Amino acid sequence: MSADTAKKKTVKLTLPEEEIMSPGHLACQGCGAALALRYALKGLGRNTVMSIPACCWAVIDGPFPYSAAGVPIYHCAFETAASTASGITHALSRLNQKDITTLAWAGDGGTFDIGIQALSGAAERNDNLIYIVYDNEAYMNTGIQRSSSTPHGAWTTTTPVKYFKKGPKKNIMEIMVAHHIPYAATASVSYPEDFLKKLNKAKQIQGTRFFHLFAPCPTGWKHPPDIAVRVGRLATETNVFPIYEVENGVYKINRKPKNPKPVQEYLKLQGRFRHLDEKTVNVIQDDVNRNWDRLLKLEQAFGEPSA
Amino acid sequence: MKKVLTGNFAAAYGATAAKVDVVSAYPITPQTTIVEILSEIVADGLLDADFIKVESEHSAMAACIGAQAVGARTFTATSAQGLALMHEMLHWAARGRLPIVMANVNRAMAPGWSIWADVTDSVAQRDTGWMQVYCENNQEVFDTILMSYKVGEYEDVLLPTLVNLDAFFLSHTSQVVDLYDEKTIDAFLPEYNPKIKLDVKDPRSFGALTSPEHYYEFSYKMQIAQENARSRIKEVSAEFEKRFGRKYDLIEAYRCEDAETVLVDYGTIAGTAKDAVDRMRDRGERVGALKIRYLRPFPVKEVCRILNSARQVGVIDRAISFGHEGPFFTEVKAAMYGSQIPIWGFLAGLGGRDVSIADIESVVTHMKQNEPSNIIWIGVKK
Repeated sequence: MSADTAKKKTVKLTLPEEEIMSPGHLACQGCGAALALRYALKGLGRNTVMSIPACCWAVIDGPFPYSAAGVPIYHCAFETAASTASGITHALSRLNQKDITTLAWAGDGGTFDIGIQALSGAAERNDNLIYIVYDNEAYMNTGIQRSSSTPHGAWTTTTPVKYFKKGPKKNIMEIMVAHHIPYAATASVSYPEDFLKKLNKAKQIQGTRFFHLFAPCPTGWKHPPDIAVRVGRLATETNVFPIYEVENGVYKINRKPKNPKPVQEYLKLQGRFRHLDEKTVNVIQDDVNRNWDRLLKLEQAFGEPSA
Repeated sequence: MKKVLTGNFAAAYGATAAKVDVVSAYPITPQTTIVEILSEIVADGLLDADFIKVESEHSAMAACIGAQAVGARTFTATSAQGLALMHEMLHWAARGRLPIVMANVNRAMAPGWSIWADVTDSVAQRDTGWMQVYCENNQEVFDTILMSYKVGEYEDVLLPTLVNLDAFFLSHTSQVVDLYDEKTIDAFLPEYNPKIKLDVKDPRSFGALTSPEHYYEFSYKMQIAQENARSRIKEVSAEFEKRFGRKYDLIEAYRCEDAETVLVDYGTIAGTAKDAVDRMRDRGERVGALKIRYLRPFPVKEVCRILNSARQVGVIDRAISFGHEGPFFTEVKAAMYGSQIPIWGFLAGLGGRDVSIADIESVVTHMKQNEPSNIIWIGVKK
């Protein structure tokens, strides 16, 4: 942002101005994953070492000899974001570089599916690393195939319109919370201040810290690239993707929409849901309501004593 | 200091003597005691290292890769199914040019479940880019682990090494092993300090998307590294002999100088073959044995130098490449391409079947009585 435009703005910039990630990356237009790492590095800073498995970011960063991230990256095998990061963090600690953050950065396929064993292992050992899954709800890098993070009703190339994805996406947050890790949070590229606040909090914590980061994908979700942030906001405003955190088992919902919008508001912007009839939309709405109620109850039961 | 140790203890003590920074391993019979003794050594503070107790062999190798990329010296150990599960990561370690050292207790692949000696597990990893050594005794296991770090860490090599020891025949058999003294070992093996690593002060991306414009050259450089390793192995072996008084090379020729018949072998069969050679020599038969230590880099020149003066050659394999023949037999034949010396391919001891001195003598008898052929099963029940 130039100095001139900054003056004209009335909104105070709350994010660090320094850009660690450079603009010359290979993401699609309007890519939520590109925003995701841009924000993540604003929060974590240059003293970060990353493992990146097969995922969109294996390409976004640029081919050899280029790299857009601005921090050291180890491109690792699909299922090894967490296990590679375990090695990195133990070596850093052994070689007296304890002030460096180890970041495992994987997509939903590499996290919910093929990488879940390594992630579970790292979390159970409580290895000192931050794991962020940027969730675009399908195998987008290979060209939009369903993952266990693909939501009910969605079209993908392996769940064509006639046989759209049946059943809800895996609840990765609950899986991670069940590992008794010190910190697990959801965040969205549409709410960068919340994301950065959480990153700053996570940086102060030792052990495995997990982020489920919502990252809209215009290419795979079939919406115009200029509304990715809006789509992300609607996911939260409809309670499709609630923003909450679980710190040492204590639940806190960070955003509670006063009047949640109907899911249709979120679904109708995306081509991947275009085929849905009213009945299926109602099924999705029921699921969202039930999940939201469940989350409220969890907060009630396991929230701050004063809450 | 001399101790009576099993092969697994020798492997664990080898990693300890190499002062590795990070160990990451998962238990599998018959490798398990390596993991057990190392976790004790680390917990007792006798080795200043992190032990990552991972949930699978695949993660064990991935964690070694991450740690080694930061600049730590790493060690792991596995066997059979565990090595097979690691297969993808073996490519990653080698192409990532990370000089990790791994002990592999050679065990047969299932089904049926077998925990006994067979080298199919490691031979199946032949093309991953790892150097591979096959050990005859527990002293060799200890020594080879030390030498493998030194060879692998040269800047013109930067490749990982698989140190193989036969299940039970070495892993659970006690032998006298000289552990030397710390000072001499430290003088032989300096600290690992790679120039290029994951470093926040010099941020680089490793293993990024590589187009046909560059991948070809990366492969070319891997091959150059394997070739460089040949001379580094000789150099390091010579230094090792000077410091520790024990001689190693890519191969070991036993009573081959005037031998008419040379038996080619590896692993523990090599030890038995030496006894068989002695017996046959006592009877006046001019027999020698050639032990192949390195499957990769394959010692083509060294093998030919020995075999070219023989009248006939027999190769004994403890594995088979189904649909073809014994894997070392293929290698030896290819090395001798153009030679007129007849060569026989024998199979013995698959899945841990005992290979006796009499079995080895029967190989020589067979060669006297039969025309050369590629697959001769010693003692098979048909």
